[in-house]
Parts: sequence; C-alpha cells; structure tokens
Amino acid sequence: MVEFKNITKIYDGPEGKVTALDKVSLSVQPGEFLAVCGPSGCGKTTLLLTAGGLLRPSKGQLNLDGSDPYGVSPEMRSKIRARMIGFVFQQFHLIPYLTVRQNILAPSLALPTKKAGQRAQELISSFGLDDRAGHVPAQISTGQKQRTALARALLNKPKIILADEPTGNLDEGNANTVLSYLSQYVAEGGCVLLVTHDVRTAAHATRTLEMSRGQLVE
Amino acid sequence: MLHRWRGFALGIFAVIIAVGSLTGAMTLLKLHDLQTQKILNEKEEETEKKMAVLKDEMRKATLKLKFNLLILPKQQNIRDLHMKGYPSEYMPEEYVTRLANSGIIVVRHFLPSLQQRIKWPEKNRTITLIGTRGEVPNLHKDPRRPLVQPVPPGTIVLGYGLHHSLGLHNGDKVKLLGREFTVHKCHEERGSKDDYTAWIHLSQAQELLDKEGHINAILALECICQGVEGLLMKVREEIKQILPGTQVIEMGTKAIARAEARAKVGQEAKSAVERERRHRTKMRSEREFFAAVLVPLVMVACAVWIGLLAFNNVRDRKVEIGIQRAIGFRAGQIMFLFLSKFLIMGLLGGLLGIFTGLGLGRWLALVLEDDMEGIATAGELFNPGLLLLCLITAPMLAVISGWLPTMFAIRQDPADVLREV
Repeated sequence: MVEFKNITKIYDGPEGKVTALDKVSLSVQPGEFLAVCGPSGCGKTTLLLTAGGLLRPSKGQLNLDGSDPYGVSPEMRSKIRARMIGFVFQQFHLIPYLTVRQNILAPSLALPTKKAGQRAQELISSFGLDDRAGHVPAQISTGQKQRTALARALLNKPKIILADEPTGNLDEGNANTVLSYLSQYVAEGGCVLLVTHDVRTAAHATRTLEMSRGQLVE
Repeated sequence: MLHRWRGFALGIFAVIIAVGSLTGAMTLLKLHDLQTQKILNEKEEETEKKMAVLKDEMRKATLKLKFNLLILPKQQNIRDLHMKGYPSEYMPEEYVTRLANSGIIVVRHFLPSLQQRIKWPEKNRTITLIGTRGEVPNLHKDPRRPLVQPVPPGTIVLGYGLHHSLGLHNGDKVKLLGREFTVHKCHEERGSKDDYTAWIHLSQAQELLDKEGHINAILALECICQGVEGLLMKVREEIKQILPGTQVIEMGTKAIARAEARAKVGQEAKSAVERERRHRTKMRSEREFFAAVLVPLVMVACAVWIGLLAFNNVRDRKVEIGIQRAIGFRAGQIMFLFLSKFLIMGLLGGLLGIFTGLGLGRWLALVLEDDMEGIATAGELFNPGLLLLCLITAPMLAVISGWLPTMFAIRQDPADVLREV
C-alpha cells in the first residue's frame, strides 16, 4: 500500500543541514497496523508527512498504492490525499468554528462524494458522538475531539490512516478507545501507519519499528 | 466569518467607508448640481418676473410717452446739425404730404420746418428762424388735436430771450427782414436755444429765406412705442422706403432711455445668473477635485486595511489551512473559501456603504449648502446605476485586497505548519 524506497529527507536548518530521514525503506500493506516508535526529533513526523504526500523527500521514492504522489502535480497530489489518506494528529486539528458533524464532513468538500451525509452520520453513531454532533470542538472533551478527528479521517474511506501521536493528549481510556477504532479499521482491510513515542500505544500495532536519528530499526 | 466576526466586521466597515466615500462624493456632487439648478432656476425665474414687470411698466409708460423722430435730408451731416443747432440741408416740402399719405402706422403727426440761423437786421440780433405750418396729421390714423399750434401767417412767435430783451408783447408789431409781423405769442423761458428763436409760418419763412417749396426737417411726433426695442429700426426702415432721400434720427426721448435701462437691467440680471453659474461651476470643480483626491485615497487606505485584516486572518488560520491541505483541499478550493469570504464582505459592505454614502452626502450637502429646502430625499437620490456600480466595485475591491494574503495562504507549506504544532 505504502512503500518507502531509500527515502532521505534533509532540511536546511540555521545550523546547517539536518537529515530527518536517512535512507528509510519500509512498506505498509492493507490489513497492517504499523507503529513507528522513537523519541522526539527522531524524524517520526517527517516520515508521516512524507507518506502523506505533504513533504517531498530529498532522495528516494514513495509508492502509494502503486504510484508516486510526488511525480504528479500538487493539485493531483491533493486529490490523492483526499481519496486515499486520512490524517489523525495529536492536537486533533479540528476546525474550531465547525460543529462535530461539519468537521467530519469537511473532507467531503475536498472530495465531494455521494451520501457523505449518511456516511458522516454512520461515523457519528459508531464513534458515540450522536449527542455531540451539533457542538463545536470547544464544547466537547478531548476524547470526543480525537474521535471526531478519527471520524473525519475515515469519511472518504481512505486506504491508509496516518496517525501522529493520536493518543498523546488522551487519558488511557480514551486512548484505548481510539486505538481500538484504528484496529477495527485495520481489521476491515485498511492500513495504519502510526508514529508515537509511547510504547504502550505501539503495543496495539501488528508491527512495530523503532526510529532513531532518521533511521529505522526493526 | 461568524467565528472571526470581529475581523469580518472590520472588513465590512472598511468596505463601507470606501463605498460610502465614493457614494457620498457622488451624492454631494449630485446634490450640488440639483442645488445649482434650483438656484439658477430661481434666479432666472426672478429675472423673468422682474423683466416682465419692467416690460409691463415700459409698455404702460411708453404708451403715454411715445417718442419723436427727426427726418432730415440724407446729405445732412449730423455732426454739423449738433454743432450749428439747425439743419443746413434741404428737401422738398412735398415729402410731408408723401409721408402723411403713405399709410405709415407708427407715426401720428408730422411737423415740417425750415430753420436757419439769420441776422435780424432790424433788431441787430442773431436768431434762429423757424418756419412751420403745424403738424400734418397722419391720414391713416384717428384725427387728433394738433400737438403744436400752427403759427398763423403774418404772425410771429418769440422765444423768451428775444421778447424779453426787446420788450415785445403779444399784439406788438415787429419787422423781420423787411416784413411786418404781429407778435402772436411770447414763450416762457426754456433755458434752451428756443429762447432766441422766432417762429413764423412756413410759407413766409420760405419766401424770406428764398427757399420756396423746401424744408430742412420733418419732426415725426408721437411715434407709437409698444415694444420700443427694435422699433426705431423698423420706423427708420419704413421711412427710408417712403422717402429714400432722407435719414432718421431719434430725439432722445424718455421712452428710449427707459428701454435702454430695461435692456441694461435685463443684461445685468443675465450677467448675475451667469456669474452665479460660474461660481457654482467653480465650486463644483473644487468639490470634484477634492473628491477625486480624497476618494481614491480612502479607497486605497481601505484596500490596505482589508489586506492587513486578511493577512492577519491568514496568520490566524495557518493551522486550519494546513489541516485543510492535509485532508485533501486543493489550493484552488482554499482560495475559493478565502475569496468568497471577501466577496461576501464586499457585497455586504457595498450595500451598506451605498446607504451610508447617500446619508453622508446628503448631510454634507446640508452643512455646505445654504437653503437646501426641497432638496431631493435620500430615496430620490438613490440611483440604481450607482447601486450596480458599488455592488460590482466593492466586492472587487475586497477580493483584490484579499488576493495577496490568499495567495500567501495557499502557498504555505502545510508540512511546515503541521510540523510546527
């Protein structure tokens, strides 16, 4: 599904070049929940953003469902993201002035689909957000926020979920709930690439990789 | 928009100011034009009324006054006439009859005369001798009482200077150029050359001066004065056709003086209207210049204001834009989201700005102009064309102002944003 082939990402920093990813090669297949663990600054977020078509690698090639997202135009890359990828962030990044329902429906503006409303309602129900559907993010709990963010990521039925510390701001109960939703998604044929510094979170994955100084360790 | 309503409201306010200044300036100029029209109409109406009153007064006055013309031989030098005080050229006496029978309708009486400055040898005086036979009535007019009594043959009428210095009285006998005359009338003092003038019958004057069948002037009396202006020219033309060998001069009557005064008043009134028109035009130019400088300045300031608000908005929404990009929003879609906001801002601001401008322009007009009574109401000032113009230009202004920040927004690297948070 997602394949990194010798990907290197080098940033130009104020103190010179910084290698965030150093010849990284990995693949995540449908039905796989891959967790990449590592300390802060080891290149986890860079890995995730590169996988999501948001950060062009300095070297190497990315294969996303058989094609290279960096080999197409930015507009096409946006379409690929809308159709194939769902993002979940530690900070949730919900749009503050939209309700839970509207936040969940937001990807349907990027990629209009039939029955988006019905799909949103299904997600609202399955994520236990019925009584909060009309609330804005400021009016719901952190667990509900992350469930909303997860529902938003799943609206367009993506082939892969890219999750950046999705449980970083959650208590154990809510973290387990979110992780169980991700596991359920994987069980239904999706794949998840999750980066975290929390070993307990990584324990829910089907496979775990360690990352250190931009390099992956099995 | 509702989430960041303060910024949105400030943006609308900026558009209101921009559109309001444009509409206000245009309204002010329109009101200026209306007021100018009103003032000029009032002045013209006032002038017309004044002129109508003057005309009526003139008609009444000149009906009573009438005016006199002096018909002279064509070869008479007018300068000589004024220098000598009497005509020195001659024309046939038969001209009077020709005129009287001509059907000329503007003259009631004709007074033929033969005048000459002579030495009165018997009394050792230099006098003006006038031979006259009284008025010849216009045969085509109603018979009227003669204006001047004829001098009966064998008699003489004397001016004050003559009878007084010679001690002559009515009925006295006196000799002139060897012929005896009875004093018929002694005039009161007139203070003019008449005081040294003697009048005798025309035929006797012709004999004494050896000018039988000749005269040197015909006084046309009581010319009808309804509409004096231009009449003199008509009379001149008419007489010229009847008597080609003559010329006609006006005797300086009050009627002509009044007509001239009236014409002068009319001219002055027209000049006053013209002066007012020039003053208003100058005032309009000044206001136009002021508007031409101020309005673009205000509009540019408002555009910069909207631009700054938009930059601020983009900065605040950096993460949101990053998320939108992450969930698949294309640059064009984000641009549409931003620009549609500016479009709505422009439409709302434009609509409100029009009414603000109308009110502002009207208020300014009330402050700047005197006597705005009856001036058009805001409703009457409403111009659909202006509405259309504002509803096009205001969103354009807002969209153009927000364009750069929007471009900045869509060019942000979402990865940078997402990595930062």
